[in-house]
Amino acid sequence: MSIFEYNGSALIAMVGKNCFAIASDRRLGVQLQTIATDFQRIYKIHDKVFLGLSGLGTDAQTLYQRLVFRHKLYQLREERDMKPETFASLVSALLYEKRFGPYFCQPVIAGLGDEDKPFICTMDSIGAKELAKDFVVAGTASESLYGACEAMFRPDMEPEELFEIVSQALLSSVDRDCLSGWGGHVYVVTPTEVRERILKGRMD
Amino acid sequence: MECVFGLVGNGFAIVAADTSAVHSILVHKSNEDKIMVLDSHKLIAASGEPGDRVHFTEYIQKNVALYQFRNGIPLTTAAAANFTRGELATALRKNPYSVNILLAGYDKETGPSLYYIDYIATLHKVDKGAFGYGSYFSLSMMDRHFHSGMSLEEAVDLVDKCIIEIRTRLVVAPPNFVIKIVDKDGAREYAWRESIKDMSVISS
Repeated sequence: MSIFEYNGSALIAMVGKNCFAIASDRRLGVQLQTIATDFQRIYKIHDKVFLGLSGLGTDAQTLYQRLVFRHKLYQLREERDMKPETFASLVSALLYEKRFGPYFCQPVIAGLGDEDKPFICTMDSIGAKELAKDFVVAGTASESLYGACEAMFRPDMEPEELFEIVSQALLSSVDRDCLSGWGGHVYVVTPTEVRERILKGRMD
Repeated sequence: MECVFGLVGNGFAIVAADTSAVHSILVHKSNEDKIMVLDSHKLIAASGEPGDRVHFTEYIQKNVALYQFRNGIPLTTAAAANFTRGELATALRKNPYSVNILLAGYDKETGPSLYYIDYIATLHKVDKGAFGYGSYFSLSMMDRHFHSGMSLEEAVDLVDKCIIEIRTRLVVAPPNFVIKIVDKDGAREYAWRESIKDMSVISS
């Protein structure tokens, strides 16, 4: 079993009309054994930038702590929050620093940039950025997630509809993956509010 | 075959660990205490390579004490857990410790808590946790009988059920267990469950 599949994870980020959604599964496992069903994979960096980290749990936690540290320093120096594009470059740089001894994580970054334009991107474990206009996925269920998102996605969805689509894509994909699942955690972010919802799917 | 498990009850946290010190096929002793009292209101139940286990838990214990000397107040359980994870994470890519830890503690403000920290520094706050081959039996037993806010009698009964299950179903089951609890009155030993007592030297 690959080191990326040690803990199990599933992440989606999807763009809507002046909003975005980012969702994850909730399982924390050690190979075939489930340890917890309330593990958090999505972190808020600031009101308009969210980071999801899939892959090895320990590296996700270490990477998150380092990124929060860098963002807080940025806030002190620049007296403002980081734009999502800038944050993505920061994540990419931090990952490439460890090119020959990498963090075993695949991050998904989602945010509202200038004029609240939604921004999503993902990258591999050594920081190769992949910008997308519609959706990005990561984790052990990524192949299923690509298929589900491709089938269900439509451009310019309103927040409520976006939530439905993201939830259905996530739940149907993790149901086919034994290493991820046990519910879902969905954040739908608009310029005015952040709605956090827990999904109950197949608990197995 | 080291078995460590624990759970959180109503105003207390309870941990149990086997007490066999094993080297290959030889049992050195059957009364090795693997649950260290970290400070007045914290317990650290550790399993893994014996040298690493003793060295690492003593290192954490001394650093927790140092914090209290320097700052005049004790660390919270969450802070101690995060410190422990940090030490494991720093050592992970240099000189890793092979120690799995369940950190149980009681704080006046937040009540009892249990933290699962595995040897690659994955940290998660849990209601019930277990390590080792015994975890296959104790986690399932706890999944069936655990509910939040268990009384001490119920919790000890559940711990005993887990110990019986381990003894019945694990091929090289450890004979003896120690149970320790931590609540508002502090961290202390609760009981031993022995099926083989260490014999003193046979006199002729």
